[in-house]
Parts: sequence; structure tokens; C-alpha cells
Amino acid sequence: MRKEDNFSLFGLYLRRFFSYLVLIILTLLCLVPFYVLFVNSSRSHADIQKGFSLLPGKFLITNYKSLLLDKNLPVIRGIANSFIVAASSSLLSVYFSSLTAYAVHAYDFKLKKLLFSFILMVMMVPTQVTSLGFIKLVREVSFLKNTYWPLIIPSISAPIVVFFIKQYMETALPVEIVEAARIDGSHEFSTFNRIVLPIMKPAIAVQAIFSFTSSWNNYFIPALVLAEVDKNKKTLPILIAQLRSADFLKFDMGKLYMMIALSIFPIIIVYLILSKQIVSGVAMGSVKG
Amino acid sequence: MAKKKSSCVRYTKWGYIFLIPFFLVYILFSLIPLVSTIYNSFFENYRAAGGLLQVGPNFVGIDNYIKLFKEYDILMYTTNTIVIWLLGFIPQIIISITLAAWFTDLRLKLKAKSFFKTVIYMPGLIMASAFAMLFFSIFSDAGPINDILLSLNILDEPFRFLSSIAGTRGLIALMNFLMWFGNTTIILMAGIMSIDISLFEAAEVDGARSFQIFRKITIPQLRPILVYVLITSLIGGLQMFDVPQVLTNGKGLPNNSSMTLIMFLNKHLYSYNYGMGGALSVVLFVLTFGLSLLVYFAFVKKKD
Repeated sequence: MRKEDNFSLFGLYLRRFFSYLVLIILTLLCLVPFYVLFVNSSRSHADIQKGFSLLPGKFLITNYKSLLLDKNLPVIRGIANSFIVAASSSLLSVYFSSLTAYAVHAYDFKLKKLLFSFILMVMMVPTQVTSLGFIKLVREVSFLKNTYWPLIIPSISAPIVVFFIKQYMETALPVEIVEAARIDGSHEFSTFNRIVLPIMKPAIAVQAIFSFTSSWNNYFIPALVLAEVDKNKKTLPILIAQLRSADFLKFDMGKLYMMIALSIFPIIIVYLILSKQIVSGVAMGSVKG
Repeated sequence: MAKKKSSCVRYTKWGYIFLIPFFLVYILFSLIPLVSTIYNSFFENYRAAGGLLQVGPNFVGIDNYIKLFKEYDILMYTTNTIVIWLLGFIPQIIISITLAAWFTDLRLKLKAKSFFKTVIYMPGLIMASAFAMLFFSIFSDAGPINDILLSLNILDEPFRFLSSIAGTRGLIALMNFLMWFGNTTIILMAGIMSIDISLFEAAEVDGARSFQIFRKITIPQLRPILVYVLITSLIGGLQMFDVPQVLTNGKGLPNNSSMTLIMFLNKHLYSYNYGMGGALSVVLFVLTFGLSLLVYFAFVKKKD
């Protein structure tokens, strides 16, 4: 009996050792590309050409400055443009998705089931499938052409966000609260703004982060919508992609790595601050999904 | 909209009003474009002579579809997309389900779980185009990876990743894997944790080993979530664009072996070829829809 216990204990240690080993390998796989990015963004072009080094160099500030001075790569403008687009889409997306989810959650009306099933159904339809009609529309309507509107306004209808917020409402928003507000004479619209939205804060925050990053990272549609605008009006992913089509061999590699670093590290920093909420948000949305 | 029950009328109205913004925007920016995409697929409508000459729109019936399959390598692009997706997805699902089982294992009791979760989820939030540019730089002929392999004497001369089919597809799959396995792990973990804990306890009392518990309880209980992961990943895989587009500069090199369906669509959108683009979009729509139905039914049937 005792022998068997020892044996299974040994097996457990072995399994634990193996698990940690795999986890450490995966951790390295996830982190090494970013470490290389950090190291190379702090080295000069000549140093990078000589070979790889494990330690960062002293050219971080130099590379940063030379990137800022490069008029062909308006990176700060790109960051600002991306921020404007991502922040407005994310705000619109969470506000109107909450409103939509609230309409389905708190009211009873004839077409409710039909309309909500429609939202669930179109959740699976990828935007790429309708992109041709979308781009054609944008190119033909002067109000939309060469502007950020086509990147911002469609966020009002985000079926996936509606779905997640609706899921959260079912556990967090009892209809009695809404009824109590009604008895107090609160207007339906202000009940939503003043009572429902604050209760939904945790879910809204998580979804806002996801909407923001997906808009911030989006390349396919913005590249088509902003194909003809001046480079000062392009968003960050488009500028990054343009680096690839530039003559790579003539490029200052330090500057190139710096540019990639500037588009990756801000998101990583924000993520590290909010990682707990984000990771639990992913789990929260999925359980019932 | 007026109804008889007086107390209901006031509130019912608001349900509809609150739905207006969503549906208005959805109709304008998704539904009308979808209809217009389908409509355009039946017309010849493109620019010739470097964009100077506008041809069409002329109604041509299903000619665009015939042309799509006869003149273009659409089957090859579909194969590329599926192969690259599978190369990333198979390790992704195996690793994710293993990690999820380890993280939730009652006997294993791993430490620093939240650290590992934070790290593995991180690549998923990175801008795909920047990530691809980063991989392009570090895997380039004179890049850090080749430097390291040369200095460790593993290679005698630089391996040209982007000139080899396996190298290019492998890199795209590796990036897709890194960007998604953390997300999948967390979803599967949440799924495992929502399984009734008494099932695991009963199995433990009966002396079941970890692997038996995993196979006989975790996997069957997890089936709906596995289906969900598979379908969403498949749909995401068919939309694969940013990474191969930036990595290969939109060319799908070498020899179109990494040209995905959406990269091909993107080409038509850039060149104002609405007819072919429309036909391709409709094919994609049918493909996405059909494949998800197929996967869904395959799993539901097995369950019965």
C-alpha cells in the first residue's frame, strides 16, 4: 500500500515537472519575439547588421528621434488617428450595444424573439463577406468617402458585444430595479443612462477594451477605406504595412524596429495594467457562449 | 404600434425605440452591402488599362462564378487557407486543452497560474500587421533568428524562410497559433470550471487516474465549447488576412502558396473589380456558412 502511494506521489511530481517545463517553453515562445523587438529597437543600424545581441544597446532615444523626424512615416499622427478611430468606435459600440441588449432584456414586445434571434444569427457572418458592398458604398457616398466615418459608425451595430452584454445583464440586472425606477417616475431613457449603465460597468469596461483593441489593430477595412487619403490621415496598421512594401534593404533597421515597438508596446503596457479584468472577461463571456 | 393594454403600451414602445440605432446601422452598413455584394456578383464591372477604362456594369448572369473557378486558382487559395489554418489550429487546440486541464487539475495544483495566463493571452492583443512585420524582420535572411542559428552552428548558411513554402506557411501558422492559443486556453478553462465538480470528485473516489478523468469526463462535458471553439476558429481562419498580407507584401509568395482567400478578395477590391470580388465574396459566404453547419452537425450527431 505504502509503496503504491510513493509511486503515485512520484508520478505527480513528474507530471508537475513536465507541466512547468511545457509552460516555461510556451512562455518563452510568447515573450522572445517581443524581447528581440525591444533589444533591436535600442540598437543602431550598424550594430543590428553585425548580428544579434542578447543585451539592449544605447540607441533607443536616437532611433526614437530619427523616427519622429522621418516625414515619410508620420508615426505620431498614425497613433493619434488610430486612437481617434478606436476610442470613438469603442464608445459607440458599448453604449449602443448596451442599449440594444437592454431593449431585449427589459421590455416585452411582439418582435422581440425574432429580432434577437436575428442578432444571434448574424453574429457568425464575417465582415469580410460584406466588404465589397461596404467599400462600394463608401466610395460612392461623398459624405463617407476618404473619412473616418465608415470606420466609426458601423460600431453602433456590434452583434457580438450585444450578445456578451445581454449575457451579463441576465445575471446582474434584475428587472425589479427597472420597475422601481419607473415607480419613482424615472423616464425610460434616463433609467437606462443613470441606473442601467452604472450597474453594467464591469461588462462594459471589458467589452470597451476588446472593441478598442480590435479597432486599433484593424487593417483590412481601414486600408481600403483610407486608400486614397494623405499619409498624415492613415491609421497605424496601414503605416506598418507600408514599411513592408518599402525597400527593405535600404531601411534603417533600428528605426524600423522602433516603429514596430511603438505600435506594440503601448497595447502591452495597457494590457499588463488591466490583464486581470481582461482575462476574466474572456472567461466570463465564454461560459454560456 | 398602439395596443389595447394601457400599462404595456408605454413601455413596449421603448423596446422598439432602443433597437432603432442598432438595426438602422446594421441595415445601412451590413445588410445593404450584403445584398449589393450578391447583386454585383452577377455583373461584369471592372477597370481595364490600368484603371483608365471602365468596363460595365453589364449583366452577365453567373459568368463571374464560372470565370472564378476556370481562370483563377481559387481552389488553390482555398487549400492554402485551410492548410495554413490547420497548421496553426491543430497545435493550438492540443496545447490549449492540455493547459486548460493542467490549470484546473485538482491534484496538480500549479503555481503562478495567473502569470502564465497573462503571458499566453498577450500575443492575442497585438496588432497582427505589426506582429507580422516583426516576424518578417526577425526571420529575414540576415535577421536575428538566422544569426542565432548560424552562430550556434546549427546552420551553415541562412535559411531563407520566406523563399520556402513550408517556411512561409509555417511562420503564418506559428503567428496564428501564438495569437490564439491563450484565448482558447482561457475559454476551455472556463468551460472545465463550469462542469459540475461532483463529477470529478466521484471519479477521484472511484480511483480514476488523471488521464481517465480527462478522457471520460472533461472531454465529453466540454463538447459544446469545443464545437464553439472549432467553428469560431474556422470562420476566423477563412478570414485570415493581416498576417500573410503583411508577411508576403500582399503577393502570397512563394508561388502564391500563401495567398489566402481574403488576400485574393482584397486584390479585387483594390482594383475596383466588383464583379469578380462579388462572386468571390458570395463563395466565401457559402463556404463559411456551409462549413460551420457541417462541423456543427458532425458534433451534434456524435453526441446522440
